Amino acid sequence: MPRIPLGWLGEHVALPAGLAAEQLAADLVRVGLEEEAVHTSGVTGPVVVGRVVDLTPEPQKNGKTINWCRVDVGAHNELDGDGRPTVPRGIVCGAHNFGAGDRVVVALPGAVLPGPFPISARKTYGHVSDGMICSARELGLGDDHEGIIVLERLGYGADVTAPGTDALDLLGLGEEVLEINVTPDRGYCFSMRGVAREYGHATGAVFTDPGLPAGDEGAARPAGFAVEVDDERPVQGVPGADRFVAQVVRGVAAHGPAPAWMQQRLTRAGMRPISLAVDVTNYVMLDLGQPMHAYDLATLTAPVVVRRARAGERLTTLDDVDRALDPEDLLVTDSTGGRGARVLGIAGVMGGAETEVGPATTDLLLEAAHFDPVSVARSSRRHRLSSEASKRFERGVDPQLPRVAAARAAALLVQYGGGTVEDALTDVDTTAPPAPVTFDPTHPARLVGVPYTADEVRATLEAVGCTVEVPVEDLSGDDGARVTWTVHVPTWRPDLRSGVDLVEEVARLRGYDAIPSVVPPAPTGRGLTRDQRLRRAVADALAAAGLVEVLSYPFVGAAQVDALGLPEEDERRRAVRLVNPLADSEPLMRTDLLVTLLDTARRNVSRGTTDLAVFEAGLVTLPAAGPGVAPRLPGGVRPSDADLAALEAAVPAQPLHVAGVLAGQVERAGWWGAGRRADHTDALALARRVGEVVGVELVATADADRAPFHPGRCARLATADGAPVGHAGELHPQVLAALGLPARAVAFELDLDALLAASPADPVEAVPVSTFPVAKEDVALVVDADVPAADVLAAVRAGAAQGPAGDVLEDVRLFDVYTGDQLGEGRKSLAFALRLRAADRTLTADETAAVRAAVVAEAHARVGAQLRA
Amino acid sequence: MTDDTPLSPLDAEGVAAAVEAALADVAAAGDLDALKTARLAHTGEQSALARANRAIGGLPGADKATAGKLLGQARGRVNAAVTARTAELEAERDARVLVEEAVDVTLPADRRPAGARHPLTTLSERIADVFVAMGWEIAEGPELEAEWFNFDALNFGVDHPARQMQDTFFVAPQDPDVPADASGLVLRTHTSPVQARTLLERGVPVYIACPGKVFRTDALDATHTPVFHQVEGLAIDEGLTMAHLKGTLDHFARAMFGPEARTRLRPSFFPFTEPSAEMDLWFPQKKGGPGWIEWGGCGMVNPNVLRACGVDPERYSGFAFGMGIERTLMLRHGIADMRDMVEGDVRFSTQFRAVV
Repeated sequence: MPRIPLGWLGEHVALPAGLAAEQLAADLVRVGLEEEAVHTSGVTGPVVVGRVVDLTPEPQKNGKTINWCRVDVGAHNELDGDGRPTVPRGIVCGAHNFGAGDRVVVALPGAVLPGPFPISARKTYGHVSDGMICSARELGLGDDHEGIIVLERLGYGADVTAPGTDALDLLGLGEEVLEINVTPDRGYCFSMRGVAREYGHATGAVFTDPGLPAGDEGAARPAGFAVEVDDERPVQGVPGADRFVAQVVRGVAAHGPAPAWMQQRLTRAGMRPISLAVDVTNYVMLDLGQPMHAYDLATLTAPVVVRRARAGERLTTLDDVDRALDPEDLLVTDSTGGRGARVLGIAGVMGGAETEVGPATTDLLLEAAHFDPVSVARSSRRHRLSSEASKRFERGVDPQLPRVAAARAAALLVQYGGGTVEDALTDVDTTAPPAPVTFDPTHPARLVGVPYTADEVRATLEAVGCTVEVPVEDLSGDDGARVTWTVHVPTWRPDLRSGVDLVEEVARLRGYDAIPSVVPPAPTGRGLTRDQRLRRAVADALAAAGLVEVLSYPFVGAAQVDALGLPEEDERRRAVRLVNPLADSEPLMRTDLLVTLLDTARRNVSRGTTDLAVFEAGLVTLPAAGPGVAPRLPGGVRPSDADLAALEAAVPAQPLHVAGVLAGQVERAGWWGAGRRADHTDALALARRVGEVVGVELVATADADRAPFHPGRCARLATADGAPVGHAGELHPQVLAALGLPARAVAFELDLDALLAASPADPVEAVPVSTFPVAKEDVALVVDADVPAADVLAAVRAGAAQGPAGDVLEDVRLFDVYTGDQLGEGRKSLAFALRLRAADRTLTADETAAVRAAVVAEAHARVGAQLRA
Repeated sequence: MTDDTPLSPLDAEGVAAAVEAALADVAAAGDLDALKTARLAHTGEQSALARANRAIGGLPGADKATAGKLLGQARGRVNAAVTARTAELEAERDARVLVEEAVDVTLPADRRPAGARHPLTTLSERIADVFVAMGWEIAEGPELEAEWFNFDALNFGVDHPARQMQDTFFVAPQDPDVPADASGLVLRTHTSPVQARTLLERGVPVYIACPGKVFRTDALDATHTPVFHQVEGLAIDEGLTMAHLKGTLDHFARAMFGPEARTRLRPSFFPFTEPSAEMDLWFPQKKGGPGWIEWGGCGMVNPNVLRACGVDPERYSGFAFGMGIERTLMLRHGIADMRDMVEGDVRFSTQFRAVV
C-alpha cells in the first residue's frame, strides 16, 4: 500500500509546519484513507556532513587494511587550545571507495542507526574511533553496502554539504512516512496527487493539482514514433487501450543515477532506485499515478503495436520469469521481425527484459498509456504478477494523465540527464469523457439522513472535481417536480458512476460524524424461530448433561477418514474438495462431525485431559448430485427463477449435525468410592436427551456395520417413522487405538436437521393427571438371548394397551436382565416394573391381573416369551 | 407396701404414692428404653394403678365414683408425664442423631464434571437476542455458497480487485472434466450472502441479523484463523437512512456493552454498500482500559444489490453491517491467542461456565 513521505505530499497541498505523520493519519482517516503504519528512518542523534581531511591506510595482521581518517565535521570538531572547534575527528573506516576531500556522512557518538545500533567512541585497531562514516545501508537508505556514501556522487553540491551540516535533514532521514490503506475504489490515491487532494478535502488545505492537462493538447505536434492500437478481442467489448502517448527523448544519460533527492523519495516510498530512466518513470507514477515505461529507443522498430497475444507466444518478464502468454493478454509489441512481431511487455503489468534501458542507452521512448482495468486485472491474476503498474491500472487510472505524465517525465529526464525532448509526439486517443450522472440533489439528504442544502451538495461535488449542470427550472425556484442535475465526474474518479456514488462523496466530505444517531422504528418481529430455539435448547441440554462445547474446523483429509475405518464404498468418503486448501493434507469438507470431533478429542487427551466429554454442533457438507457446478450469473439483475433454482441445486446440502464424544470416567472416583467409566448407555442417553428436547422419540436398532463404531455396540437411531437420524455407541477399539483415545470411549452423532424436521409442529397435548391410586406389577419374561430388549418392551406396551381395562399403563421400566442355569442355555429373563393407573377409578385386582395376563400373552405372541416361573 | 398387697382404689394416699413413684421413675428415665420400662411398670397391665383401676368394678356403687375419679386423675398425671418425657427424650435423641450424622461439607462434591457452552456460540446467541429484542429476526444461510450469492449479487465484479482481496477458498467441481476453478462455489468469505438470500426469499421490508461462520485462506496463528464468526445485519424498508444505521449500531453497542458504548463511522469501501463505512466501537470493557476497536464494516445497501434481489431501489433503501465476533470476545476477555478459541481444548470453554 502507498507510502507517503510528508515532504513530497507537501509539494501539492499546503501542510501545516511541523505536521506529524500521526496527525496526517488522523486527518486522512476522516475521508477514508486508513493508516497502515508510520515509518521512520530509525536514525536519530547527531549525524552530520563530514569532509575527509586525510586518510592513512593501515594494514592489519588479519590481512585487512583499515583507513585512519581525520574528518572535518564543522561545529562538531574537537576544540583547539582556544576553545574553537577546529580539530578534525579521528575515525576508523574499513571502506576504500573514498578519498581526501570527499564529503561523507558521519554518525557521531550519541547517534543511533537502524537496528538499533547506537554509536559511541570506541577503541579499535589502535585508535579511538570517534564516530562512524556511514554507508547507504547503515542509514537504511537502500541495500548498497559496497562502500560509504560520497555525497558529491549522489548529486549534493558543496553548497549544501558544508562540514557539520545536519545530514538527517539533508538526506530526508528526519522525515516520517505514512503508509496508508487504499480501498479498491480509490485508485487515484495510489499517488501523491490523489492523497494531496484528499488531504485538502479533509482539512480544507489548499491543493494544487499537478495532474491537469496543460491546455496545449490541441497544439499541432509532428507525429511521433508510430503506435497502432489493434485490439481484435476486446474484453467485455472494452478496447484494451484507449490512450497511448509515446514521447521520444534523445541524448539522455539514461543509465546514470537519478538525483539524490529523487532516489531518497523513491526509497522512502518503498521503491528501489535503479537508473535515471527507470527512476523518473517510477517517480512520475508515484507522484501522479500514471504507470510509465521507458524503452531503449535503439532497440525498437516502428510501429509499436498494442494487440492481444497469440497462442504459443512467450515473454520473459523483467522479473526473469519465462511466461506463456494467453490470447486474452494485452501486449505491447514492436515490429522487429515483422509488424507487431516482438513482445515488449504485458500491457499495464510488466515489461520484458529485451528492451530494458542499459548502460549504453541514450535515446528513450516513453510510454504513458491507459489500459482497460479488467484486461490488466485478468492478466495480473493469470500470471500471478502484481506490479506497481497493474495495481494502479486495475483500480483505474485517469485517462487524461498520459500527456501530463509523459511531459513531466521527459522534462525530468532532460533536467537530470541532459538531452532533448523531441517535438514530435504520439497520442493515440480514443477516450470518451466519463458518462455524466443524472443526480437528484435531495438524494444525499434522503439516504444519509442529514439535511444537506442544494448549495452544500453542489459545492461538495465541485470540490471533488465534478462539474454540475443545474437545469434552468431549478434556478427559477420551481418546486413540486423533482429536479435532476447532470453531474460530469472527473476523469480521475472512474468509481463515480451513479447517484449513490455521489451521495457517498457528499456524506464523506461533509463528514460522517455529522450523521445523527436515530434508532429506526421497531419492526414486528416474531422472535426466534422454532428451529432456532430448539437448536439452542439442544446445546444447552448437552452442556447441562456435562458435555463441553467445542468448535473444530471443517477441513479433513484422507488420513483422518482412514483413521475412522470407513470402508471404501462408504458414502461419507464422497466429499466436497477445495481447490486451494490451507493444508494439502486436508483438502476435503467433512461429511460428518465425528471425524473432526474425534480429532479434537485426541488433542485434548494428548494434552492430558483423559476424562473427556465434548460435543459440537456444526454443518457437514454432502456433495450435490450432478457436476457440482453453479451457473455464472451477472450481478445487478435478479436471476430468473430457473437460474435461482440452478444455483440452489448446485450448492451442496449442508445439514446441521450434533455429535458428542465421551472418554474415560463420566463420574469421577473420589472419597465417595469408585468412579464410572462412560459406556454406550451414556452415548445413547445423550442422543435420546437430544431427541426429547426436540420432541422426537428415538428408536434404536443394532447396527453392526457403522464405522467408527464397535460392531457389537452401536445403535442406529431413527424416528418412529423409521427416518434415520444418527448413531450412538461405543467406538471401535481399532479406531480408539489409532487415535490414541482411551479404551471404551463412546460417541454419538445426530442429524439435527432431520430431527427438527421430525419434530412435531403442534404443541404438546396435556394428559390429565390421575389422582387414583397406582397399581404396581412386576413381570419377568424369559426370551431367547438374541431377542432385543426393545422388542420385548414394545410387546409389553402393546399388551398392556390391549388389556380389558383399557390403556392403563402409566409407565414401564425394564429393571433387570438375568441369565443363568435356571433358564437354560441361550435364554434370558427380562424383568419389567409396570405402573398401572386409570384416569377415572381405582383399578381392581382383577383388572391388574388381566393387564398382566395380556402383557404375557402379547410378549409370547411377538417374541415367544414365557412368564418366568 | 409390696406387690402382693394390692392397692385399694379408695386408698388416696396409696394412689398418690404410686403416682409419685411413677413420676419419679419417668423423670429419672435417661433414654427412651428406660422410659419404656418405667411406663410399663407404672401404666402396664400389672402396674399398681392398673390393678387398682380394675378393682373399681368390685366396689359398692357409692365408692365407684370416688375411686374412678381418684384413679382417673392419677393415671392421667402419669400418662401425661410419660408423654412429656417421651417428647423430651425423642427430641434429645433426634438432636444427637443429627450431630452424629454430621459430615465434612468441605469434602469435594464434584462427582459429575459440569459441561460448558463455547463462548463464541453463547456470544452469538446473545447478539441474536439483542436484535430479536429490537424486533428483528435471525436468518441463516449455507457456509459453502454459490459465488453468485457471495460475490456477484453483492456487486463484486468478476474482475474487481475487491473480489481478489477476500482470500477465498474455492470449491472444486464434482465432475473432474470441469476445470477446477469453474464450480462457481466457494466457502463464504462473509455472512453478507445471507443479505441476498433473505431479500430473495422474504422480500421487503426486512430486518434480519445473521450470525455465522465465514472462511478466509489465512493460516492459523495467534491473530488469524481461517474459520471465524461474523454477524450480519440487514434492514430494508421505505425511508431508511444512514442515520438509522448509526442509531442501530449505537443501540446494539449499548445493549451489548453497556450505556457507555457507542460507535464511530469512517468512510470506506465495500462493493455492496454505498455509502460505505468502517465501524469502530467504543469498548468500555476493553482489557487495559476503554478504547476504540475496529468492529466491522457497514453502509447503505447498494442499489445494484437490491436490483439483483428483485427489490426496487427507487422505493426501498436500507443498510447492512457485519462485525467479527472473535475480536469482540478476545478484547473483552483478554484472550491473547486466537488458537485457544479454535483448537477445541476443553480447558478454554470451561472457563466460561458463568453466564457472561
